[in-house]
Amino acid sequence: MVDAAARISPLDGRLFQDEGILVEPAVPAVRLALRAPSAARAALSKALGIDLSQRPKASAVHGARAALWLGPDEWLVIDEEGGDLMAACGTVTAFHSAVDVSHRNTALLVSGRRAADVLSAGCPQDLSRGAFPVGAASRTVFGKVEIVLWRTGEEAFRVECWRSFSDYVFMLFEAAARDA
Amino acid sequence: MLLIHCPYCQEDRPELEFRHAGEAHIARPADMAALSDEDFERFFFIRSNPKGVVFERWRHMHGCARFFNAARDTVSDRFLKTYKAGEPKPDLGGEGR
Ligand SMILES: [Zn+2]
Repeated sequence: MVDAAARISPLDGRLFQDEGILVEPAVPAVRLALRAPSAARAALSKALGIDLSQRPKASAVHGARAALWLGPDEWLVIDEEGGDLMAACGTVTAFHSAVDVSHRNTALLVSGRRAADVLSAGCPQDLSRGAFPVGAASRTVFGKVEIVLWRTGEEAFRVECWRSFSDYVFMLFEAAARDA
Repeated sequence: MLLIHCPYCQEDRPELEFRHAGEAHIARPADMAALSDEDFERFFFIRSNPKGVVFERWRHMHGCARFFNAARDTVSDRFLKTYKAGEPKPDLGGEGR
């Protein structure tokens, strides 16, 4: 008999810390790529217990659950306590598409006084507090890969990226932190 | 860096997030099979490619991922106007020449 396969997070054990910057992997999370026309938005918001905003770059948080606006009919829903997002959407009869991408993505938490500067080494968006305030979320790029960036605090960001890109993203953060 | 205004995100965003997607306002024939080879060639391959103002499809690939349209000057690379997919060609007034 063999033991069941163990799931290993791609960034397990990685940590980068330097003056004014900390980069660490986020805890595993349940994630949903949610597409829905506006007619289904209210019912989905109710089922998920979180407001699916219609405002560009908006995010909503309720407990361990968050919904990030990605496009006019698209949200990334994250639950860090293993909530069954698929089951919640399954109760909604209005037309929508929900895809479980929990294991497609992984996330890094970037924090510290220099967090925005280090991010700017690879992200072309204006990350000043006026243009990208706390709560702002957006799909964008970091170096050569696509990420979803979410400002969770004045000096704290969550960076969602595809699992297979995470090693590149982590190393680019390390290099940027030494230079920025 | 060139900034492009996304009509869905409602703000200027860096060009790295965008991808060009060909000429805009090309109607797909309703009955493709009935087209002559010449007409199909005209629809499928022939583009206006002017020096000056072009109407193009763009996609905010690494942003909201939506397709939209833009009027751009190919000489100056200046975006004169961007607008949502499905909207008519905008009147550019003096800018369009
Ligand atoms: Zn956009």
